[in-house]
Amino acid sequence: MKRILTPYVFVTPAMLLLVAFGIVPIIVAAVISTTDMNISGFVRPENINFVGGQNYVTLVNDPQFWQALSNTGIFAIVGVPTIVVVSLAVALLLNRSGNAFFQALRSFYFIPAITAIVAVSLIWGYLYNTQFGFFNYVLSLVGVSEVQWLSDPILSKFSVGLVAVWRGTGLNTIIFLAALQGVPKEYLEAAAIDGAGGWRTTFSITLPLLRFAIFFVGVTTTIAWLQFFDEPFVLTDGGPLGATTSMSIFLYKEGFRLNQFGYASAGSLVLFAIIAIITIVQLRLRKVSDDY
Amino acid sequence: MTTEQQVIPRRRGHPRRALTITIAVGLTIGSIITAFPFLWMITSSLKPQSESIDYPPTVFPQEPTLEHYLTLFTELDFGLYLFNTVVVVLISYVGLMFMAMAGYAFAKFDFAGKRWMFFLVLATLMIPVQVTMIPTYLIINSLNLTNTLVGIALPTLVSGFSIFLFRQFMTTIPTEMLEAARLDGAGEFRTFWQIVLPMSAPILAVQVVLTFIAGWNSFLWPLVLSSDQKLYTLSVGLNLLNQQLAVNPSLQMAGATVMVLPILLVFIVFQRYVIQGFALSGLK
Repeated sequence: MKRILTPYVFVTPAMLLLVAFGIVPIIVAAVISTTDMNISGFVRPENINFVGGQNYVTLVNDPQFWQALSNTGIFAIVGVPTIVVVSLAVALLLNRSGNAFFQALRSFYFIPAITAIVAVSLIWGYLYNTQFGFFNYVLSLVGVSEVQWLSDPILSKFSVGLVAVWRGTGLNTIIFLAALQGVPKEYLEAAAIDGAGGWRTTFSITLPLLRFAIFFVGVTTTIAWLQFFDEPFVLTDGGPLGATTSMSIFLYKEGFRLNQFGYASAGSLVLFAIIAIITIVQLRLRKVSDDY
Repeated sequence: MTTEQQVIPRRRGHPRRALTITIAVGLTIGSIITAFPFLWMITSSLKPQSESIDYPPTVFPQEPTLEHYLTLFTELDFGLYLFNTVVVVLISYVGLMFMAMAGYAFAKFDFAGKRWMFFLVLATLMIPVQVTMIPTYLIINSLNLTNTLVGIALPTLVSGFSIFLFRQFMTTIPTEMLEAARLDGAGEFRTFWQIVLPMSAPILAVQVVLTFIAGWNSFLWPLVLSSDQKLYTLSVGLNLLNQQLAVNPSLQMAGATVMVLPILLVFIVFQRYVIQGFALSGLK
């Protein structure tokens, strides 16, 4: 093997796959989004017509699109702070002691993050069940009457979101715990010598030092909520009456249930643009706050 | 440093200990709540169907039975789904090898086009799956690979992030070792196989475990790309059971257990690598 060719031999298989399933799809999506491609165009390419920006116009006038977008917004606005605060709190508490018991507890919080969403959703769906579910039984013990966890339009958002918070906490707790390792012991000892209490030390020393981790978790969690799909897909299929239809569910239904490939592609690019803009804004905000 | 000798005032020793115990108790309650759905899953999978829809519900089965597991593997096709899932995981290990090779090339070689190729690797990290979903379906379809296990594994075979991790780690391998191997007459692939890979064992272990978890749990692509029941993976097969909730929750919980238990075992055995891998995703 010629030395000069060696790196190309090593890099080619992965690059081919990456281009084929990472880069090319973006171009294909952009092209399809300007056509009326649906199932008939899928079977016969000559049935595909160029429609320019028509899909985007339709999108703006589609109430379901706006419902999906506002649902996604609600999920993100409530979900991001919840996950960041809960996982940060759990991490700070777990970090209190390094003994074997605390180590073992870490695993428990982490397990939901690595288990299959379909299995998880089935379990929660059973727990949420109105007639024989465990949650309603526990509530009935304290006198609360039947709760419609998944069929009430407002409550269903909460129920679906709760599963996502339960799943999302473990992973971010791990990230915070890793970051907490980087907090110099000397700082904490110095604070203790100066008579600072636990709360004071946490808020004045630990949290500022975790700035980057909090920022990172904030950005990745935002992106995850904007792409929210699995939990509502399996638990409610976007219902009732679209109350838990996120942007991803909307796109999946348009694309694979109604076979509106062109329309769904246009929607997916809009979602992509929203994610990109929000991420860039977050990055900018961080830059500004760092200048202080 | 003399400050290290200084002892932190012990005055508050007792209240501190009490606080730690309080926190331990609180965290224990929290972990029980976190783990409860899994306990519920396992105990419910052992209940007869009539008991699983009984009201008030029981936490522990009154007459434990394994009949639902039997149903999954005899009346339903869970044996086949399990097989398909294992095949998908095995195929994704081919992708892991490709990613290790690419990471090596980016870490240890200089070649024309390296910079923009690496830029592409990082660029793919930002593209959401919703955008690639339909085009990928069309691409796989035009390759006649829908309803094949290879097709199902293909979209997630390589990930920019894993290539990045491999590259970061492999940069630390001393170039002298590679030169020495070449001087001894080892070919490039032998150098990669016998020196680079063994030296990358820590990152390789993390990736092997994460690839297993990701492949085992993958749901979207098997869902989109397989319409033939013979090619269902466990996750898609389990989703099929979803429609039967009112009928038989025990059966569903048995299915969920089949899917979750192997992951729990992998986690218990390889916990260090799993946590390390996920923590890496939080690094700069």
